[in-house]
Amino acid sequence: MSVVEVAVGWVPLAAVLLLAVAAAAAALDGALAARAAGRPWTAGLPVPWLETARLLRQRRRSTVAADRPLAATGRIGLLIAALLMVVVVPLGPWTLADLSVGIVWFNAMDVLVWAFVWLAGWGPNSVHALVGGYRFLAQALSYELPLMFALTAPAVAAGSLRLGDVVAEQQGLWFVVWMPVAFAVFCAGVAAFSVWGPFAAAAGPELAGGVLAESSGMDRWLVLAGRWALLAAGSAFAATAFLGGGHGPLLPAWLWTLVKTAAVLALLVLLRRRLPTVRPERLVTPAWLVVLPLVLLQLLVVSVVVVGRG
Amino acid sequence: MTLQTVLLVAAALFAVGLYGAISQQVVVMVMMGLELMLNAVILAAGAFWWFLSPTPDGQVLLLVVITAMTVEMAMGFAVATLLHRSRQSDMTDMATDLSR
Amino acid sequence: MLDDVVFWVLAAVAVAAGIAVFRVDSMARATYALAVSFVAVGLALLLFDLPYLGVVVVLMMVMEMAIMAIYMIMFMGMNPALMPMSMVHGKRAALAVSSLTFGLLAAGALFVPWPSRRAAPAGDLVTSLGQAVMGSKMLVMMTVSAVLFATIVAALVLALPRGRYDRLGEDLQGDDLPGDDQEHRR
Repeated sequence: MSVVEVAVGWVPLAAVLLLAVAAAAAALDGALAARAAGRPWTAGLPVPWLETARLLRQRRRSTVAADRPLAATGRIGLLIAALLMVVVVPLGPWTLADLSVGIVWFNAMDVLVWAFVWLAGWGPNSVHALVGGYRFLAQALSYELPLMFALTAPAVAAGSLRLGDVVAEQQGLWFVVWMPVAFAVFCAGVAAFSVWGPFAAAAGPELAGGVLAESSGMDRWLVLAGRWALLAAGSAFAATAFLGGGHGPLLPAWLWTLVKTAAVLALLVLLRRRLPTVRPERLVTPAWLVVLPLVLLQLLVVSVVVVGRG
Repeated sequence: MTLQTVLLVAAALFAVGLYGAISQQVVVMVMMGLELMLNAVILAAGAFWWFLSPTPDGQVLLLVVITAMTVEMAMGFAVATLLHRSRQSDMTDMATDLSR
Repeated sequence: MLDDVVFWVLAAVAVAAGIAVFRVDSMARATYALAVSFVAVGLALLLFDLPYLGVVVVLMMVMEMAIMAIYMIMFMGMNPALMPMSMVHGKRAALAVSSLTFGLLAAGALFVPWPSRRAAPAGDLVTSLGQAVMGSKMLVMMTVSAVLFATIVAALVLALPRGRYDRLGEDLQGDDLPGDDQEHRR
């Protein structure tokens, strides 16, 4: 299956699709939260829409001596980084830009999140937000290296940084079968750069919301939507790089990509309720002493297989 | 966009970086000036490669420049940290004895 | 044509952001201005058909500047946004030297008779870069990566306030978890 680039005019549709997937994930999360609280799960489904409506009506709050341009950059940035990520992710046979360095591009975009989260924390000139920003950077230093090496595995196996080639290489056998460690680490990395789930200490409730502390109204919506969109974009990338992208029987290729993305996303949302939040300063020890060697071993296995295959 | 215009832009970037590296008092700001100069070198090297000789192996020079930047940054941070720890200062004027 | 417009926009952004680094009075703004300058140059490299290097410049420099901002704020110790102050020395001399340098470089750029293009770019430049790195330049890259790792280790050793024997005790069996030892320090 080869991937073709579509016209630029499809960009808005891709953005809408990304937001729709992100909203679906948020709705699932809302349903689970409602069930955990003892209410019927259907009561939680409209949560993303209700929250959006509430935040759009809310008055914007600002702090004294806030650095407005930097705060605005950080808040809008998360959503933009997520959109730039999906630019290289093919939806079945179509892609917006089949860059020859698609995987590095994705990596560069997830590094942009470092800057944006910290800026969202620095901007409001508030202690809680700033501590949240620092927490995220501390955590980012821990997760980024394992994430990078996990991204390397599919690139080595496909012999290309182009996502179209990565998908084509998975004809018959998905990469997740012989690189499960890389897949798991990548999924954890997705949760981490989305400031979400076990890695949400930067926006933790014990910090009065951390980077979210001083944002309200539209600003808050942008950050929240950006986090869900990052999670959705990361899941789409995981479905493409590890789960075969559009490969699959019966259904059309684009639907397979969506189904796999939804599956990864649902798995992440379901796991979230089973896992505690990790303290950022304790993350570096397991991340560098356990996960990093494991990923490197995974990479070695992949390399040996590739060399042996000739 | 010709080689000359790109080199002019790179020269401007280099001059701005040089100004910062000479005039700033704080070690980290001096590092930012150096980074800006290397930024100009990257742009100029990319332009030379593209306009003069786009051979496959010419890109390696750029890779070396990027590596040099990383090394500069890491050592700069280490030196700044040490300086601050030993003297509670990060001003170049208070570390002139290091050059003797 | 479109390439020209994009290049000039990027060039203007890169130089303007570079100047802003030394003009703004906020450490965060200065650092992120430098990051913007790097991103502009990285995107300009994409125009020269250097996709890998361009994206890597964006990746690395945004990462570096995110860390740089922390160092700036940590070491400056005060907020120049609240206390406007000049942290420069020899401003006039620096301006003169840098103007002279710009003049020299610009004259060189304009008046040196540059040779005409010698070769056409190969088909897949990312692959050719890999070939170049892993082919005849293997030794160079091996050395570069060794230097990089040595630098990382050296920087960590220089910056580490206490060694592992201090943290974990003589037998390296320390029972206190990292992060819990703040009150025992010194």
